[in-house]
Amino acid sequence: MTTFLGVPMRRRPAEPESPLRGTETFPVGARRAVADTRLRRNLGRATATIRAKRAAMVAEVDDWEALRDSASAIKADVMARLPELLEQLEAAVTARGGTVHWASDALEANQIVTRLVKSTGADEVVKVKSMATQEIGLNEYLEENGIAAIETDLAELIVQLGHDKPSHILVPAIHRGRAEIREIFLAEMADAPKDLTDEPRMLAMAARAHLRRKFLSAKVAISGANFGIAESGTLAVVESEGNGRMCLTLPETLITVMGIEKILPAFTDLEVFLQLLPRSSTGERMNPYTSLWTGVTPGDGPSEFHLVLLDNGRTNALADELGRTALHCIRCSACLNVCPVYERAGGHAYGSVYPGPIGAVLTPQLTGMTGHHDVNSTLPYASTLCGACFDACPVKIDIPTMLVELRGRAVDADRGHGLPGGWAAAMKAASWVMSSEKRFAAAETASKAGRLAAGSKGRISSLPYPLSAWSTSRDLPAPPRQTFREWWRDEHVAPPADTAGTTVGESS
Amino acid sequence: MNGREAMLARIRTAVAAGAASVPSPPIPRAYDRAGTHQPGSDHVLQLLIDRLLDYRAEVTVVAAADMAQAVDTALGAAGSVVVPAGLDSAARAGCEVGGRTVSVDGHPHLLTSAELDATDAVVTGATVAIAVTGTIVLSGREDEGRRAISLVPDLLVVVLPLDRIVETVPDGLHRLQPTAPLTMISGPSATSDIELSRVEGVHGPRTLRVVIVR
Repeated sequence: MTTFLGVPMRRRPAEPESPLRGTETFPVGARRAVADTRLRRNLGRATATIRAKRAAMVAEVDDWEALRDSASAIKADVMARLPELLEQLEAAVTARGGTVHWASDALEANQIVTRLVKSTGADEVVKVKSMATQEIGLNEYLEENGIAAIETDLAELIVQLGHDKPSHILVPAIHRGRAEIREIFLAEMADAPKDLTDEPRMLAMAARAHLRRKFLSAKVAISGANFGIAESGTLAVVESEGNGRMCLTLPETLITVMGIEKILPAFTDLEVFLQLLPRSSTGERMNPYTSLWTGVTPGDGPSEFHLVLLDNGRTNALADELGRTALHCIRCSACLNVCPVYERAGGHAYGSVYPGPIGAVLTPQLTGMTGHHDVNSTLPYASTLCGACFDACPVKIDIPTMLVELRGRAVDADRGHGLPGGWAAAMKAASWVMSSEKRFAAAETASKAGRLAAGSKGRISSLPYPLSAWSTSRDLPAPPRQTFREWWRDEHVAPPADTAGTTVGESS
Repeated sequence: MNGREAMLARIRTAVAAGAASVPSPPIPRAYDRAGTHQPGSDHVLQLLIDRLLDYRAEVTVVAAADMAQAVDTALGAAGSVVVPAGLDSAARAGCEVGGRTVSVDGHPHLLTSAELDATDAVVTGATVAIAVTGTIVLSGREDEGRRAISLVPDLLVVVLPLDRIVETVPDGLHRLQPTAPLTMISGPSATSDIELSRVEGVHGPRTLRVVIVR
């Protein structure tokens, strides 16, 4: 018998790094993160706090499951009618004095926004925290074009000043403790008070003072959107600090970048989502501020409004019946907070601006997976398939099923590319063994040799190459002394004398 | 084919390719689409007060005759206040007590952002309040003014007639005009970005006082 194990893959050039694709695989990133005890402490404390708050707030709502069912169905309907809803939104926004732009990918969106900012003559913009603009790397693109983008969400500001990357959808600086934040402010914020302590209130007040001038003088603001209402052209931003209101209200020009999947058909649909989002997200009955605006209101807020509709890979997911449900996501981040993998590995290990369970299904679909040299093809494996994310999801995205499906696709993407990898070879070998009763029985008996590898602790924790690929991140229990077949034979052919005649449930 | 047409064409293709194999059933709406308590009833009033206090807002409930005095008390030490042109005249009278500087913001006399920043407080009406979530909604009406005035000053006083308090989120949204500039306020601005410990008062008004008028 020939063995295929350990034959090296032909290497292909790596995919370029982007906000949706890191430089290393999930296992490599996760190993480093797990070794960082401070990171684990910060993450463990933060996720435990937010889990408890969310659970208490969800328990208050008697019709929670009915709301989830509605939300899921509304989103499915949106996906099925996306072209007409987008055109309806466009018409409504235009009728109210806004301008709608269509961007197929990150570059197109960045070019549109840059052109719009330049036409105002501004060289500085204030920004509301937005996943869509992070996903396209807008800040970096603007900077290359001589425009300073100032993040105004406190956590985003911490990330930006720390020359760092966000690690959580909702709380991007969740990986930073208060002492680290103080250090960052003192080093990077010119007007930070010299006697700054690490007390959260004092840190927040330093940020307030720092940004106040920017808000009052900014000519242009850039935001994302939580929802876009097709029937009325209304856009919504859900936030806490008031930085969103500042950006959406004070500047003369507002540019909003919105993923095409953020649409809701009708204003009344907000009654579902505004109940689900805050409780799932921050564990509050309602977030402090929600702003809704429709085009331009003369005399109130910006006099110029642009809406950029972004595809950037969403149509990849949309073209798949199961995969498109990942587009139902309302970015609440409840799945991150309940995930045992996220809680330990943190957001950076995923390499994408979308971390955690939803990131593991959304990111590979937005970028595609081109084979196992692609770091994003490791994301569907960043899960124990425990299902906590599915239970927590306010729009009922079946993340575990999608992870399994994407694992299949990651393997499929490798097929037909030269020689099979270790995984395919192992499966082929297993299939050969399992297709014959004799071979299987022989393999079972042979597996007892594993008891030697397990030693006295009864666990196999390291195996020689190529099986080390499996054993570096997993322990195997020692194979049992007796195989199942041997046990069955003993039990059914020659029952031990001391149990003969005893029948459970016999009356006497 | 321009960018818009090309993008729409791609979306159409994707929608068709990923279409559900079975047609989806009508959208279920089994959640509570309306509350069970009347607007302004004692139940919704108590619930709203409870929620507002939980957000660390301050609440007083007064008879209409005592509105001016209650507004004055809510403004406290604030020396300057901005009001929308259509603010209730009794509330307006409360602002003027003790010689406060009162600026009326309404077309064509709009305060600049810098002027608003130099103003201590704002007093406004409200379109509706949602008891279950402790949410007050402003929609740019005459007694509420434009969005900037309720945002920049550090103290926000909301004068809320009792009959504008509804029970649930759906109840509240039914009272809103979607195309109006809407601001939903649930407590003072806050952040939990530093180790998830809540700090009240970041960029919006750091203090919220609600005067409920019977």
